[in-house]
Amino acid sequence: MSPQPAGSVRLGISGVSKQYPGCLANDNVSFEAGAGEIVALLGENGAGKSTLVKIAYGLVAPDAGRIEIDGHPAALTSPAAARAAGIGVVFQHFSLFDSLTVLENISLGLDTPAARANLADRIREIGTRYGLSVEPDSIVADLSVGERQRVEIVRVLLQDPSILIFDEPTSVLTPQAIEGLFGTLRQLRDEGRAIVFISHKLDEIMSLCDRVTVLRGGRVVGSVPIGETNTKALAQMMIGHEVPDVAQRRDLAGGPVRLAARGLTMSSQNPHAPGLQNVTLEARGGEILGIAGVAGNGQEDLLAALSGERLAATETAIELEGAPVGRLGPGARRKAGMAFVPGERLGRGAVPPMSLSDNGFLTAHWRLPLVRRGVLSARAGAEFADRVIERFQVATRSRATAAQALSGGNLQRFIVGREVLSEPSVLIVAYPTWGVDVAAVAAIHEALIGLRDAGAAIVLMSEDLDELLALSDRIAVLYSGRMSAPLPIADCGKERLGLLMSGATDAEAAGGASHAA
Amino acid sequence: MIDGALIVAMLVAAMRTATPLIFAALGELIVEKAGCVNLGVEGMMLVGAVTGFAVGYTTGNFALAFAVGAIAGAVLSMIYGVLVLHLHVNQYAAGLALTIVGGGASAFWGQAWQGLNMRGMGPLEIPGLSALPTLGDLFSRLDAMVYLALLAAAAIAYVLTRTRLGLIIRAVGENHDSAHALGVSVIGVRYGAIAFGGAMAGIGGAYLSCVMTPLWIEGMTAGRGWIAVALVVFATWRPARLVLGAWLFGLVTIMQLHGQGFGLAVPSQILAMLPYLVTILVLVLISRDATRIRLNAPGSLGKPFQPTA
Repeated sequence: MSPQPAGSVRLGISGVSKQYPGCLANDNVSFEAGAGEIVALLGENGAGKSTLVKIAYGLVAPDAGRIEIDGHPAALTSPAAARAAGIGVVFQHFSLFDSLTVLENISLGLDTPAARANLADRIREIGTRYGLSVEPDSIVADLSVGERQRVEIVRVLLQDPSILIFDEPTSVLTPQAIEGLFGTLRQLRDEGRAIVFISHKLDEIMSLCDRVTVLRGGRVVGSVPIGETNTKALAQMMIGHEVPDVAQRRDLAGGPVRLAARGLTMSSQNPHAPGLQNVTLEARGGEILGIAGVAGNGQEDLLAALSGERLAATETAIELEGAPVGRLGPGARRKAGMAFVPGERLGRGAVPPMSLSDNGFLTAHWRLPLVRRGVLSARAGAEFADRVIERFQVATRSRATAAQALSGGNLQRFIVGREVLSEPSVLIVAYPTWGVDVAAVAAIHEALIGLRDAGAAIVLMSEDLDELLALSDRIAVLYSGRMSAPLPIADCGKERLGLLMSGATDAEAAGGASHAA
Repeated sequence: MIDGALIVAMLVAAMRTATPLIFAALGELIVEKAGCVNLGVEGMMLVGAVTGFAVGYTTGNFALAFAVGAIAGAVLSMIYGVLVLHLHVNQYAAGLALTIVGGGASAFWGQAWQGLNMRGMGPLEIPGLSALPTLGDLFSRLDAMVYLALLAAAAIAYVLTRTRLGLIIRAVGENHDSAHALGVSVIGVRYGAIAFGGAMAGIGGAYLSCVMTPLWIEGMTAGRGWIAVALVVFATWRPARLVLGAWLFGLVTIMQLHGQGFGLAVPSQILAMLPYLVTILVLVLISRDATRIRLNAPGSLGKPFQPTA
């Protein structure tokens, strides 16, 4: 890294445009990041953040515009050229090889024997200096998500970049891991590097960054010092209008127990997941039970067990409205009144190449009279699909459009709507707003609250603590296959949940949180 | 009844029976570690067998026979390479097609050589080894290719785990998208691996026709190519286990032949099945740990690679 006076522009992007078929991803975008500065790049999904990062990293060639590094024009024609120019990117989706060791993973990205010399020692040295400790000989598959991210960061830091871009780095971390990451980022800034922090989490931006540039619809709508703005103003800049407030919470009436799991134990099919150990939960009518936790702590297996994709060992391990359903498959459970919104929209929630009305049939026919003597009723199916599309404002040309042609937000509206309109007594929802635009988030939250108010029990699994805190009546935490006792929402501080998410016991978490408070 | 000389004779025969399997399966192991499944091993072995025999019979030069067998196998494997890597044909279908093509082509080219005999390869004298008590008799009767197969297994194990080339091969097989993003030429690595796999299968086939029998008969591999493919999977992609599996196959093959010779009251067809059954059964039993299989199995195995960016 070449030294530069504080404040001088390290990364200067001016007038960059990129046209994709049917979409102007970047429209005359200008962006600057200076030495010793953390700049947030804020925007919704589809605002053009990813395109801008890809341009800066030489993965995508812009149609127009200039990029300067330390004041000199740079031709970023490939990732290798971008790295040579001093740019490092930590991507949201890690590109690590699971079955290889940390050392092997990092070594693969280094092209010359000189760069690979004493690699294990240098990995440890960077780890100590920046609080990114990783053991070079451990296998990546055995690492937590936070540790994997550290490997990615170490990999980037080995090249000593002067400009570091972090693409949504906090989306998979516990609050404590986020604090650790922020410490590292501040240290890197104080060394005179320029840091670009991409996020749509306003609180994080307010607490970490020095300046924020907001993108909307491919254009820069503003760039302001953090001291001159607040979360409300930023949200408004980001979505272009005021944020609708949802989720007025009422007092818990304490409805009947609709869904119960008792001592659910299951080994995982994924060799790197912990399975489930003695998980017990009760969801009552008229409540949303939130399930927090970092991905990979048994979520997959809990979802499979609740939905019936994997059967429990005994009938009574899972009860629906008091009746044992542990050995029933997904169809039988749907018939009995359960509904599911799985985590993956395409492939699990919907069959990608099939039309919306066919996708409607697939789950709704268990509850609604859409099939007569084995024959699909085209009219009933069409009416049902149209009803979902209309009620949940799914933007689609028609019900005959293939599921894969819809944007994430619209498909998610359709899937949630389809389940809600089948009038279930229990709804299991996983990551319902992952990668979904703000308007769809509000619509989906509203649908869930409506169903809760109608007396259904909802189990909401999410990685987004803000979402859980906004919607849930009680929150339990899944850690390493074990479920904590659910806390009433009033007792759910972020700090306390974060400690539970990283494996602290209830008592420790309560104590730790009150100390911190 | 069963004396030392007979045991030595059986062991020698068993190791020779295992040798073509070891060659072919090691080649397939590299192909699969790079993320491709080539079910055309049987076809490549047949082509290696007929070309190797033709050259060996004509020239009497074994090194040349193996070289030509290897080249023929590698050339045939390139059909699979182009289909899979450039035209994105389903790997399993492409491999099956290769087996059919190889079988047909070898039968066609082999008409002139059908039923001819050649003088087999003599044993390799390694000074010192043959002087050893008891085992010396065994060593003095093994040919060079038996040793070469073991050397190849050791070399492949070393390259895969200890060298950058091996790391790159494993990375391509584990996650081709990430490897591509790192600037590794996924297509290039896979072409290399497929050609290597073809060459090794060709050598295995040439060993059958030039050393083991030594004569050319249409379809003489008799399913050994399929056993080689199965060995790779059941050996959980580990060269040492692969060699053990091949030896086991060889041993049971020879034992059942002797059993037939002694006139056991079991139909010979049942005895002939034994090597296949026993080998697969034993390998399934020693590698039934699903977790280990998943850790060793290449993550991108059998998946088509279409770079996006």
